[in-house]
Amino acid sequence: MIRSSVLISGDPLSLSRGAEETKLAIEAELSFYGLEDEVQVGYTGKVSRTDMLPLVVVYPEGTVYGPVSAEDGAEIVQEHLYKGRIVQHLEAPVEVATAGFEAMGPEGGALTGQKRVVLRRAGSIDPYSIEDYIAEDGYFALGQALSELSPAGVLDTIKDSGLQGRGGAGFPTGLKWSFVAQQPEQTRYIVCNADESEPGTFKDRLIVEGDPHAVLEGMALAGYAVGAQEGWIYIRGEYAMASDILKHAIEQAEEMDLLGDNILGSDFSFHIHVHAGAGAYVCGEETALLESLEGKRGMPRIRPPYPTVQGFRDMPTVVNNVETLANVPPIILNGADWYRGIGTDRSPGTKVYTMLGDVNVTGLVETPMGTTLREIIEIYGGGMKDGKAFKAAQTGGSSGTIIPAEFLDVPMDFASMREKGAGLGSGALLVCDEETDIIDLAYVLVRFFKNESCGKCTPCRVGNAQMLEALERLRQGSAKRADLERLEEIANYVQASSFCGLGQAAPVPILTGLRYFRDEFESRLRD
Amino acid sequence: MEEVLAVTDKIVDVHHADQEALVEILREVNDKSGHLTRAQLERIAERVALPLSKVYSVASFYSLISLQPLGAHVVRFCEDAPCHVVGGQAVWEALEHELGIPFGETTLDGQWSLLATSCIGACAVGPVMTIDGDIYGNLTPEKVREIIARYRDLDAQTVAAQGGQA
Repeated sequence: MIRSSVLISGDPLSLSRGAEETKLAIEAELSFYGLEDEVQVGYTGKVSRTDMLPLVVVYPEGTVYGPVSAEDGAEIVQEHLYKGRIVQHLEAPVEVATAGFEAMGPEGGALTGQKRVVLRRAGSIDPYSIEDYIAEDGYFALGQALSELSPAGVLDTIKDSGLQGRGGAGFPTGLKWSFVAQQPEQTRYIVCNADESEPGTFKDRLIVEGDPHAVLEGMALAGYAVGAQEGWIYIRGEYAMASDILKHAIEQAEEMDLLGDNILGSDFSFHIHVHAGAGAYVCGEETALLESLEGKRGMPRIRPPYPTVQGFRDMPTVVNNVETLANVPPIILNGADWYRGIGTDRSPGTKVYTMLGDVNVTGLVETPMGTTLREIIEIYGGGMKDGKAFKAAQTGGSSGTIIPAEFLDVPMDFASMREKGAGLGSGALLVCDEETDIIDLAYVLVRFFKNESCGKCTPCRVGNAQMLEALERLRQGSAKRADLERLEEIANYVQASSFCGLGQAAPVPILTGLRYFRDEFESRLRD
Repeated sequence: MEEVLAVTDKIVDVHHADQEALVEILREVNDKSGHLTRAQLERIAERVALPLSKVYSVASFYSLISLQPLGAHVVRFCEDAPCHVVGGQAVWEALEHELGIPFGETTLDGQWSLLATSCIGACAVGPVMTIDGDIYGNLTPEKVREIIARYRDLDAQTVAAQGGQA
């Protein structure tokens, strides 16, 4: 199945400058990395500036390189197509990149027919260029809000839109903002949770790397709505490139008076800082994140008080996920009714998923809320790999629910999934075929939680270790019925009595695995 | 020693010795020197005006900060569920076999450390590992052998070149 397309300019001038050698080198390097079946290579005509030839365009990102020698071609394969990093020193200037090509567009790649709100610019603009963002309606929503809307007007629009938090819980964003706006303290903060560490989830990284200003603009709008003066982006330590892109974007926005003091000549001032984490899953939990942001061990706080009352530096704080914030500018620009026209009644808008596992095409998909898992697998994932049968999917990352085939036609939005006892979580969709061993999968999941438990509370710290022991025995075929009963009992304890949301969610895959695949667990028992 | 502490001081200065920046300070000093020594922890504690125990407690919490010396090359392999279902187990075993050490250890010659990491967000090309921060995806046992061999070849060439100059 094709994951990427590489187009090389094949006009006579390009050919005379070695386009054929470039193409051969790219093909040779692709086969070295075993990517020949995933990347399609071809010639294209229609190019504009001749001093950059031969040009190479990589889709679906739409990155344009030029001029590209045979050696450069090999580097593009190694860095961009194999490791997934854009080779900046080979990139063509923006005016070349945006002119003259019969654009396939970001939607022209393998994953067709998506509805893009959050990702509409990702891949078609240069994340290092604020001009690119502005040219695509960037910062229009902020300008409109500052000149035409009161803070309450922005807040009401977000409330009316029905936007729900995309970090996993689906809490109404407008309601969260209004809690902060009501507090007596005047020092308030907007914190962007970019500590995406739920295994199988990388949507936030790609939103930030593809369209950083959308997140900044969303934060500034949130700040205006609730009366905050400062914003902090907590980004996970592993995301070095995304962190660089954000810092660069903030500098550019400050230079153009789109962030900083008196934005666009108004009375509204808003400063954004980037703070990198240092590797800890639990910091995705909002109160642990705030602890880490204050320079401490990332251990969760007791709630209440909630961050909306006492958050960063004990002041009222909005903590929103990257994807949530990226939804804000288009809602302000197009209105709540427009947003409500996408998705379902109970969950308007789109959802960005990361599709993984035994499907033909893995990667990022944005579809309207309410799209079914079957549609996502068949239309965007190109069906099950090797024509095998679907067995289970885990939705929402490692703490997500393991669901069987009977869920394939459930419309995926927060409410419908919750009614069926499943969750959307972080948006990771791990698809497993008939050969997947559920006990083995459960073992790997619990091993993750045992390693990542922060150790603050006993149920999570000890419970996950004990569940892992029981699963190890099941895996080796030495478990007795009592082990299985104990596993279920501990899973229930951990869910009921862990200190934070992450601990409470850790046993979800075990409990749902047992609910839908109990036969498989029982078949491994010794007695 | 003084040289190492000068680097530490410089990083603390950049963050204005701010207690709130402690995690970032520790991480940056760690990245510059490979791991944190007691002397560095003491210096940071003194500069940001926190007890050493508190600084140690923060440093020991985060997985990207090491209190042990690591090898010249650091391999971090993710074996979480998304990489597991696409063949991660075999790659895990191949790495242990190829480097001759179990996960969590460093080779006796100090060349390689093999560490498990949690998801690094590159699951679409799983199984995935990083070597010295560079990401390698779509791994198979065979590819692991090829990649490790490339690093060994490069190291051997570097040693040969240095030997030639001496």
